[in-house]
Amino acid sequence: MTQFSINGKDVDVHDDPATPLLWVIRDHIGLKGTKFGCGIGLCGACTVHIDGRAVRSCITSLAGVQGAHIVTIEGLDPLGQHPLQKAWIETQTPQCGYCQSGQIMQAATLLNDYPNPTDANINAVMSGNLCRCMAYIRIRKAIKIAAVDMSKGHSNV
Amino acid sequence: MKKFLTGLAGLVLLLLIAVVGLSWHPALADVEQAQQSSFSVEQINKGAILAGIGNCAACHTVKGGGEFAGGLAVVTPFGRIYSSNITPDPATGIGRWSQEAFKRALHEGVRQDGANLFPAFPYTYFAHIKDDDVAVLYAYFMTRPPIKSVSPKNTLPFPLNVRALQTVWKWLYFDKTPLLPDVTKSEEWNRGRYLAEGVAHCAACHTPRNSLGGERKNASYAGAAIDGWYSPALTSANPALVMWSETEIYAYLRYGKTQLHGVAIGPMAEVVHTGLAKATDADVHALATYFSDLNGATKIVQNALAINTIVAKVTAQSSQVSNLYSDHGAALYVAACASCHSNSAASMNLSRPELGFSSTLFAPNPDNFLQVILYGIGRKEGSSAMMMPGFDAALTNTDIVQMAAYLRRSRTTQPPWLNLENDIVAMRRAHQP
Repeated sequence: MTQFSINGKDVDVHDDPATPLLWVIRDHIGLKGTKFGCGIGLCGACTVHIDGRAVRSCITSLAGVQGAHIVTIEGLDPLGQHPLQKAWIETQTPQCGYCQSGQIMQAATLLNDYPNPTDANINAVMSGNLCRCMAYIRIRKAIKIAAVDMSKGHSNV
Repeated sequence: MKKFLTGLAGLVLLLLIAVVGLSWHPALADVEQAQQSSFSVEQINKGAILAGIGNCAACHTVKGGGEFAGGLAVVTPFGRIYSSNITPDPATGIGRWSQEAFKRALHEGVRQDGANLFPAFPYTYFAHIKDDDVAVLYAYFMTRPPIKSVSPKNTLPFPLNVRALQTVWKWLYFDKTPLLPDVTKSEEWNRGRYLAEGVAHCAACHTPRNSLGGERKNASYAGAAIDGWYSPALTSANPALVMWSETEIYAYLRYGKTQLHGVAIGPMAEVVHTGLAKATDADVHALATYFSDLNGATKIVQNALAINTIVAKVTAQSSQVSNLYSDHGAALYVAACASCHSNSAASMNLSRPELGFSSTLFAPNPDNFLQVILYGIGRKEGSSAMMMPGFDAALTNTDIVQMAAYLRRSRTTQPPWLNLENDIVAMRRAHQP
């Protein structure tokens, strides 16, 4: 039995402690916004926040999150109005959309660490999040719009 | 010839008798179980702190089992030695041990029944514990909840399992010279040394051992591989770019992390977050004072300006973008590591562990690096509430070899690790259930 909170709700999960967190989030808890991409922590599609930091959930075991606070794309903002989500819509960033929840969760940690990110910061922090549609230019643009928005006083994460 | 052989056999027999004879210790009588009320709360609390500094629970508790009930396997090159039940259970623990028997075990490595203990129990260090401190430890252990539990049998082969022969080991490696206060040093330093060389038994992991399990002469705190982990050198041989000053050691021992040296992982995470967590600030400072003198940091003072210069140089180097098309290791770093570990040139973000200062990456032995890459860092280790997933199922041995080569080359001043592939294979095998 592993206990943790997800999007503010406490949960008890009875499963093999070695089960990937991504499986638990999608199949046990039923939150489908977090995606399976490569399964080996090298594409970023499964990124969620564990205790406020972006982590790849596909290679994180259930045992590893005992007592943790987890936030998925569904919980980033109760109304789906996080500055990053608004900027994503404004710039029409997604094409197929599959990688986008991971991109946004990673970008939230980026803006937490670098409220005014340079291109070098964005490249360094976001390079582990792949987009087969090549939306990178729009992702960069949306991150910068969100950074400006948040610097005006919106709260992050 | 026959006479000679008979003579030789006789000599061997005499020697054996001498060993057994000289190793003989009397059994100490059972005592009635001590009443909880016979110990003062103050004594018990002091004992709890010392037992924390000694990290007794780490070896005497099985994962998920009752505290101090023993049964944990200490894997030695000679075989497995299972820790004893040190709860006051009268039948299976030490409930019927007198304080005298408890003291003899700590100071001389002898069981209540007179048999030698194996030095996996670090009595060679505990011999330095003062009688007053032995008394409070006794008070603490005698007031723990008794747990009925018998430890599994050791797997030492004959003749290593003969406890009487441990007397020979004691002759060779048990240095009973008492620790006399060094009057040229501060009281804090002397307190630090007393704790470090005694109850905390730091050298048990940080000093390399010879083939018989004795501490290697002239290699005190030189760093040692132990049980799948590497305990770094605590001397000037430590390759850190920034000296382990009193401030740095204090931060590491108190919080389990410093930006300029990395985080406590593996067995050291337990030492910091479970054991030393019970120690007073004064005692953690005392340990830091002692070790910052031992490693020479007190002689070569790096001021803030010098440290800032090193930080600027390291982060500038780390933030350089490599040629990802020709360097597979660099490409893997960008995909798997940079989202958390990259830093801007000339500045370090508290939430972003800089690999250019990671003790794990600078170590001469790759074990800690492999442990982290393969099996990650838990929420209770390292930096509190910051975890790293393991990549054991994600990266191939070749991937890890290439990533390690890239990181050692681009982040440290150290030579490449040799034969890394063999080490990876061995570690994966050791982790198989």
